Formats: sequence, C-alpha cells, structure tokens
Amino acid sequence: MIYFDYASTTPVHEEVLNAYIKVLQNHYANADSLHNDGRKSQRLMEKSRAQTAQLLSVSAEELLFTSCASEANSLAIKGFALAHRQRGNHIITTRVEHSSVVHAMEQLEQEFGFRVTYLPVNRDGSVDMNALRQALCAETILVSTMYVNNETGAINPIEEIAAIIHEQSRAVFHVDCVQALGKLSIPLSDIDMATFSAHKIYGLKGSALLYKKRNINLLALINGGQQEQGLRGGTANAPVNTVFAKTLRLALSEQTLHNQYVQQLHDCLCAELSELPDVQIQSNKNCVPHIINVAFMKVGSEVMLNALNERGFAVSAKSTCSSKSKAHSYVIAAMGLGEIAATHSIRISLSHLTKPEEVDALITALKEINHDYRTK
Amino acid sequence: MTIEPNEPIVYNHILVRFGELSTKGKNKKDFIKRLYTNVKNALSPYQKLTYERTHDRMYILLNGEDGEAVANVLKNVFGISSFSLAIRVPSQIEDIVAMGKRVAMEDDAQTFKIDTRRSDKRFPMISDEVNRAVAGAILKATSMKVDVKHPQLRLQIEIHETDTYLMKGRIAGSGGYPVGVGGKAMVMLSGGIDSPVAAYLTMKRGVAIECVHYASPPYTSARAQEKVLELARMVSGYQGHIRIHIVPFTDLQLAIYEHCDESYAITIMRRMMYRIAERLAKQQGALAIVNGESIGQVASQTLESMAVINSVIQMPVIRPVAAMDKLEIITLAKKLGTYETSILPFEDCCTIFTPKNPVTKPAIDKAEKMEQRFDYESLLDQCLQGITTMEIDPIAKTEEDEEYF
Repeated sequence: MIYFDYASTTPVHEEVLNAYIKVLQNHYANADSLHNDGRKSQRLMEKSRAQTAQLLSVSAEELLFTSCASEANSLAIKGFALAHRQRGNHIITTRVEHSSVVHAMEQLEQEFGFRVTYLPVNRDGSVDMNALRQALCAETILVSTMYVNNETGAINPIEEIAAIIHEQSRAVFHVDCVQALGKLSIPLSDIDMATFSAHKIYGLKGSALLYKKRNINLLALINGGQQEQGLRGGTANAPVNTVFAKTLRLALSEQTLHNQYVQQLHDCLCAELSELPDVQIQSNKNCVPHIINVAFMKVGSEVMLNALNERGFAVSAKSTCSSKSKAHSYVIAAMGLGEIAATHSIRISLSHLTKPEEVDALITALKEINHDYRTK
Repeated sequence: MTIEPNEPIVYNHILVRFGELSTKGKNKKDFIKRLYTNVKNALSPYQKLTYERTHDRMYILLNGEDGEAVANVLKNVFGISSFSLAIRVPSQIEDIVAMGKRVAMEDDAQTFKIDTRRSDKRFPMISDEVNRAVAGAILKATSMKVDVKHPQLRLQIEIHETDTYLMKGRIAGSGGYPVGVGGKAMVMLSGGIDSPVAAYLTMKRGVAIECVHYASPPYTSARAQEKVLELARMVSGYQGHIRIHIVPFTDLQLAIYEHCDESYAITIMRRMMYRIAERLAKQQGALAIVNGESIGQVASQTLESMAVINSVIQMPVIRPVAAMDKLEIITLAKKLGTYETSILPFEDCCTIFTPKNPVTKPAIDKAEKMEQRFDYESLLDQCLQGITTMEIDPIAKTEEDEEYF
C-alpha cells in the first residue's frame, strides 16, 4: 500500500518507538505512587512536560496530557462552557470544525441550552472575519476555531482572530492546532487554550495535549484522582506522556526542511492534477502544502476511494473521524464549492516520507481512474 | 561600522550599570570583580558572549545571542542597578548623529529627548552640543518634537574614548550587592514558604549561602526532600549554584520525643537544629545562620521562644523576614516563583510530631533540664557525620534517561 493519508495519522518515528518501549518496560510504576519507582515514572513524565513547555514557550503547569485530541477539545470546550455558565450563554465556532468540536458544541446546545454561532468560511476555507465581528457579543464566553483545516489544509489567521476576540469581548479563545503542529509556528501567547496531538507528528496514538493559560478554570469531565491538576482523572499514561517531548522535539527540529520538501511534492502533484479534465483542486494558496483536497467532478468520492484502494493507494475522503457517515463533506459545502464538489472530493495528504516516485504513481492511477470511471 | 540603511537596527550590546556599589570607595574594585564573575557565571550557557569592563560600566557583546534571553538572566543578578540594550558606533560625531537619526526614525514616538553623557571629556564637543547636533538631525528627518520633561523616546548617548553607545529604554536590575562580597551564611531551608524568601533576601545583600535541611525519614518522605531541592534550585540562580546539606535527623528527633515533655518538643528540636547549623556553618566557613522565622507566626517563633532557642549558639542568626507579615512573605515568594512548590503538602520535621499544646513562652532552665535527660551530644555528632551534601544548579543537569527525551 502506498500511503497518502498522513493527515489521518502518521507512522511512529523509530526513535520515539524505541524510547517508548524502553520506558514502558522499565518504568511501569504508577506515577502517583509514593515509592521510588512511582516517583521515577512521575519525574520522567514531568520532565517531558517541562521540555514540551519549553519547546512551545509556555509553562509546564499550562499543559495537560490527555488521551487524544478529541478529549482535549471536549475538555476545553465543554469544560470551559460548563464552568462559566454564569458569565454568558453564547459560544462561537465555525462550520468546518473537526467532529469532536462540532459534537461538543451540539451537546452544549441541545443538552445544556447554550447558544452557538457557526461562522461561515470564505471560499479559501478561512473564517469570515466580518461574521466573527458581528457574532461577538457581551454574552460570548468562548470562541473555538481550528488553525489548519483537516480536510483542505486551509489556514486561519489565528493572530488576527485573537486580536478581534480580545478587543471586542471577554471571550476566551480555543484553537484546535492538531493539523498545524509541526507545520506552522503556533502563536500561543495570543491563544487561551490549544489542542495538540502526537500521532499526527509521528508520535504515539493515545497521546495528546491541552494547553490552557494559567488563569483559566475548567470543569473536569473525567473525574478521578489528583492527576493533571484534578482536571483529568485516571492513572497517568506516563510512558506515553514521557515520550511526547521527544516526539515534539523531532517534529519541530526538522519542520522547515520537511515543509520545503513537501511543498515541492505538492507543487508537482497540483501541476499534474490541474491538467486533468473535470478536476477541481480545492486546496489553495492559503493552505498548508501537506493536504491537497481535490474533487473529481465525474467520479464520486467513494468510487474514487475504492478504485485507489484496489490499486494500492491509501487516501481519505473528508475527515477520517466521520468516514462512516454518508459521503458528503460539510467542509467543502461550507466553502461554497457546490454540492457536487462536496460529494466528489478526496483528500491526499503528503509527508516528508513520501517519495517523488510515489507521487508519480499516484498521478498515473488518478489519470486512469478519472478516465475509466467517469460518469457521463 | 557599515550598516545597510534599510535593515532594522540590531542592538548588539548590553550596557550594565552597577548598583549601590558605585558608592563604596575602597571596596569598589572587589565588588566589580565579583559582579563581573557572577554575571559571567549566570550567562555561561550563552557561549558567544564576550565582555568588556571599565571602572563604572560593564559591556556585554551579544555576538548573535538573543538579547532578550540574556536580559532575562541579567534581571536576577544582584549588584546591577539597571541595564540597556545598546548599539555601538565609533566616537565620531557624524556616526553618532547618523545612528541617532536611525533610532528615532525606527521609533513611533511623537516626542523625544537626547541625553548625552561624556566619560571622555576630550571629545571635541560638550554633551549639550552633541544633544543639539543629534536633535537637529532628528527634527529635520521626522515630525517628532522635543519634550525634555516627559519624552516618549529618551535616547541616551554615552561617549567613551573610542566607542559611543546609543540606547533607548532602561531595564531595572535586581539591585543589592554582588553575591559573595558579604561573606557566606548557612540558611536553614525547611521547605515552607518563608525560608526560600529568607535565602533570597540574604543573597540580595551580597551574602553567598549554603543550605541545611533536616530530614526525618521514614517520617518525612523522599518527595519532601525533592521539594526542598527544587526550592534550592529555584533560588540558586541568584548566586550561580547552591550547596545543600541534608541532615539525617530521625534518631535525634525520636530521642527528643522519648525524653522531653510534649509541649517542649518543638523548642528542644529547634535548639538541636540550631546547634547542628552552627557547627556545620563553622565547618563550611559560614559567618552567620539564616532562617525564615517570622515573629509570632508559630509557637516557636515568639520572642520568648526565639530567646530560648537562640541561647544555645553564639553565631549571629539573621531572620530576614522576622518583621514581615505572612502576606508580604507570600507576595515575595510568588514573585520568586517558589510559592507553588512551597505549599505542596508533604510532612516535614516540624509537622510530623506537632504537639497539641506547644509552649509559647518556654523557660530556658526547663529546656536545659529536659535536655539533661539524654545524651544529645553523641546524637548531634551522628547527625553531623551522616550529612549528605549536594550541589544544586539553576537548570537541573540530569543526563540520566537522556535517551527518552
């Protein structure tokens, strides 16, 4: 199988894996136990937290380890909203968020009576800033937007959004940075809460991070012991959390180099795709080069996926986290690219591990499928 | 010096102004030498830096190191009254005027003032003439106006024999004396809120410190000890590194509870701690004992208690926070960053056997009588012989487990 689905998840970096196996075997004691082995586990985990904080230019106590980015998003959004109901009843997000954000918002609306505004996006996939300005009001307590969209790679101007929010309201700003980490620099000083995930940057699954500024209080969603400042109960997954620092360090140290390489692959692939008939490239200049969203207007998403799968290529249509629902991308629809585009898109995601000849092979396959399977 | 006109100005120097020591006549040389050493030690991670010093200033050449990061370290070095990021030009009026103009053009202030100081009085223009020359160029090139009372931009120019430094802004230093000029003291570091603050205040007056900590395993945990080491690490940056002595106190403490009245247990325990601290201090060449006692805070810190406890030793005991309110101490602890660690709830020597009714007005003769009931001298010797000594660095140098990170 030739892998073009790095936005869904990535293979684990060898150094991370080796470190993880060693920590798992040698330091299995509960990080909250008071004996020497337990304290060792704790020290390793806290060293990882401290180094991660340093890499992100924040303080260690501003970082909470969670089991996945969806958990971090839920904790940020529901944990904040439920802890601050007395402050206001209004939350703002966008129409193109990850399902973990969308469903947290829907729950807050339906079960807890919050009012949620879903901001429209521009044709390039970025948030409509005028709509944001209009939506902010005295009742707004929270704004949550993603940094980089998982289906199109579209980048939101996070610093500008933060400036508008903080100028016009008392709302706090949460950013889902999952697809941005290791690709863009993250302006955390402007952001109140942020979500990161390890398995998108060649780390382990079951490993994520919520950054929250010191002054922000959350309501715990998983009740348990004293772990993670009492905000996330459950025995600490110390070995996984211990290798987060290494994962991040490796990802950041080669970020520029990898970005340049991926940009070349991206340009080559896009140039070839634009030559094909009935093809609409939906990622644009405002997108990270790692994600290319493209609609084959005469070949449905599902057909394209199956055909590519048969030929040995792994790609996704829309977000993998909602892949089992019907083949319609709410992200593409929200960008105003039309109903056909929304049901005929696929997402090709690239990595520094992708080889140029793999891109060539994919182009050949796409040409064939676009020709053989097209509807009249 | 050639500078591309469109490149933003790079502040490639830091000019350091000495603190109170400027007034200290014949000791001045030693003070400056010590400050110079302390600054170099504190900045040792920044290897590209080079240093120059004159009789009243020190110059740090950044050579590409991050000025802001260096500034953050400098803020914690005692003996510095203030410092500024500076640009160096040759001491030629044309160069000074040209750079002054560029600094002003890069700034978005509406009003300005030029503040020239000549340390080289042979410079052909007097300070005021330099002021006028630079101001004239700025007035011509920008729409800024002069405001000598409340300028938005205060451009300082210091003219020395060969080089001139231009700077705007002034970053306050920590003040105080360079650590080490005032000798050495032994700080009793408990793990509470007060003693790290006491350690900080002592170093601020130029006194180098070592720390002594009393541990009573298994009644006190390894975590409690780690916490104390962490506190030592947090204040160690003010003098470079800290030596800490851990005293095994369990046997002596148990003997106290066996032989003395419960209400006097803390009083006698403190007397024993003082004795150990004094002997250790002498051994280490320290001239005084420092602790975090605050008048009336607990039973053993009433003036009556202090008198009974203090009477067992000769060495001066400095209590930097004696007259401070708890809230004042907490504010300082928060500023130092030690507060959050200090309040972690682990048992220490003073809390494990807390008597129900500790005596607040102990009598010396009673305390002495109780101490006669057991051979504490040999227990004191055991404590001193069992001391473990550790060196604590501001940045934990843990090479263990490096493969995991």
